Amino acid sequence: MKSGLLAAAAAAVVITASAAAGAATLDTVKQRGFVQCGVNAGLPGFGNPDSAGNWTGLDVDYCRAVAVAIFNDPNKVKFTPLSAQQRFPAIQSGEVDLLSRNTTATLTRDTSVGLNFAPVTYYDGQGFMVPKKLGVKSAKELNGATVCVQSGTTTELNLADYFRANNMTYNPVVIESNDEVNAAYFAGRCDVLTTDVSGLAGTRAGVAPVPEDHVILPEVISKEPLAPAVRHGDDQWFDIVKWTVFATIQAEEFGINSKNIDEFANSKNPDIQRFLGTSPGMGKALGLDEKWAYNTVKKVGNYGEIFDRNVGPGTPLKLERGLNALWTKGGLMYAQPFR
Amino acid sequence: MATETRTTQGAPPPGGVSISLSDPTFRAIVYQILVVGAVVLVGWFLISNTLDNLARRSIATGYDFLGREAAFGIGESMIDYSPKDSYGRAFLVGVLNTLKVSVIGILLATIIGTVIGVARLSSNWLIAKLASTYVEIIRNIPPLLQLFFWYALVSDGLPAVRQALNPIPGVFLSQRGLRVPVLEPHPVWANMGIALLVGIVAAWGVSRWARARQARTGQPFPAGWAGLGLIIGLPILTWIAGGAPMALDMPKLAGFNFSGGASISPEFFAILTGLTLYTAAFIAEVVRSGIKAVNWGQTEAARALGLPSGPTLRLVVLPQALRVIVPPLTSQYLNLMKNSSLALAIGYPDLVSIANTTLNQTGQAIEGVTMIMGTYLVISLSISIFMNWYNKRIALVER
Repeated sequence: MKSGLLAAAAAAVVITASAAAGAATLDTVKQRGFVQCGVNAGLPGFGNPDSAGNWTGLDVDYCRAVAVAIFNDPNKVKFTPLSAQQRFPAIQSGEVDLLSRNTTATLTRDTSVGLNFAPVTYYDGQGFMVPKKLGVKSAKELNGATVCVQSGTTTELNLADYFRANNMTYNPVVIESNDEVNAAYFAGRCDVLTTDVSGLAGTRAGVAPVPEDHVILPEVISKEPLAPAVRHGDDQWFDIVKWTVFATIQAEEFGINSKNIDEFANSKNPDIQRFLGTSPGMGKALGLDEKWAYNTVKKVGNYGEIFDRNVGPGTPLKLERGLNALWTKGGLMYAQPFR
Repeated sequence: MATETRTTQGAPPPGGVSISLSDPTFRAIVYQILVVGAVVLVGWFLISNTLDNLARRSIATGYDFLGREAAFGIGESMIDYSPKDSYGRAFLVGVLNTLKVSVIGILLATIIGTVIGVARLSSNWLIAKLASTYVEIIRNIPPLLQLFFWYALVSDGLPAVRQALNPIPGVFLSQRGLRVPVLEPHPVWANMGIALLVGIVAAWGVSRWARARQARTGQPFPAGWAGLGLIIGLPILTWIAGGAPMALDMPKLAGFNFSGGASISPEFFAILTGLTLYTAAFIAEVVRSGIKAVNWGQTEAARALGLPSGPTLRLVVLPQALRVIVPPLTSQYLNLMKNSSLALAIGYPDLVSIANTTLNQTGQAIEGVTMIMGTYLVISLSISIFMNWYNKRIALVER
């Protein structure tokens, strides 16, 4: 349980001792033969090992997408489960190449924490979950409540801001590990559990003894754009992660998915030709194979497929697309042009 | 042997140091300069390399963040704190919480440890076996597991807040911890504190006077009872003189939780109980070994001189046992204080927990870790200095 501190100390050591001249991340990754990816240790739908020990989830799929873009193999990834507190030291120190761990992009993290955020893979917001038997209908009724929250998150700060803004008091129970936070809430130590709404849905579906006994309150108190992140100082690596995310979104916009992608091989549309690498240039610009986008969509799927497979209506989380629909369908998912 | 011969041959001429590596004095100086130089060089390399790396990744450095608004809440605090306060104040809250659990833990562990240690030496078979079972079980289970056990005992074992146990009117026991009534604020409490201090000073004076008189005349004086009377009696007299206020601030169930009264949170209970019982097992062994180290002949000699068993323990056995007990006891105190960082796992806001949140929100891991290390070092050294001073005081004075 002191692992958070351990990671921080390790990061301090690594940052202290790592040689001044850093090699390009892409070269290091290619030489190593796999992408080292930091993920959530246990958040159903985003980063969670299944019963066979395989990692699943939306964040996990983006690790795999980057691995496919580089190696054309979704299994050339090693996953490092990280707590909220461990994640920044891990990416700062180079312990992981990519942080894909339901991390909210914020100004401080983009600047003084030293991260670069790829495009948002899930637009989320913070909410509250309470036991149904409390009879609470709105977050405005939570004055004086005891709230379980994971430490080292934007959630912890939004919580304080929300109660301050509404002139209410609360009593925080702040625990490092996600599992222990959930355990404390379900044991009844707290009246309220707070985290991103998607996380609440995942916890209710996957952890609650009786999911129907808990309700998620209607208020969404913050903007939580969750995005993969890389560390400062390697623009090429940042570009690769960024455009891999865009590729999954662009594919959905083209109507290309993992099943029908080969039907587009002879497409006359120059946009699609550039995207699939039939007319070359995009891959070279990124330092990747020309078929990188083709491979990514073929092996991991487009954004819609990734969403539906992990968190969509057909999964225990039962989340609607909402803000995460394509811009053409009233959502915010919008890829920059592939040219 | 060859080396030795050469050393002797190369000894400096009387009255000077020769500038030659065969001169042991000169050689020693050279080696020391080399070692110090190497340490400084490595240190300089680490620091400059760190700053360089941080700058290249444009990660913020420095301790300016301590003045910025913390904006996160803390569950329990000994001083006023709100999310509006600075990171610096939040850290202070953490330090005080660590000190609170350490000081109370050290006191309780010492008392429990001493009792168990003496019990292990008891001639009563059952008591001795119970004590040794306690020691063997507790000190062989990792403290983290014990903390989880105590925490689960409260959060899973006790009823929900609305069904709180109410053993005595005003006292509520639930998953939210223990709520007890406290006395309403009144000026007499401050006066009673002063009376208590006066009582302690007076008791000390009486015992000095009694010892001097006994040395002079041989007449014993019950200084212990007189002192106790002064320490307890003076505050009580002050309380009666102040009108004997009895108003209680009773806890009431309001909304989600109890309000009013004082509370002990489940997190504090778990960390305090876990650390106290764990350390007490070690202290028991320290105490037992200390008492065993005093030769039985000492007790027999004291008895032969006609000393009753109380003064025998107090005047003959304990002063000698303490010399054996105090140095390892210091280590146990240090262990307890450092183990308090396990609080992170169960959500007690100690200094590590708060520094961790801070370093996470600011991204300044190196600064956070140095602050944690520095604070523990200061607390540890303070405990060491105090215990070393005490150890010197009770050490055998050789004539």
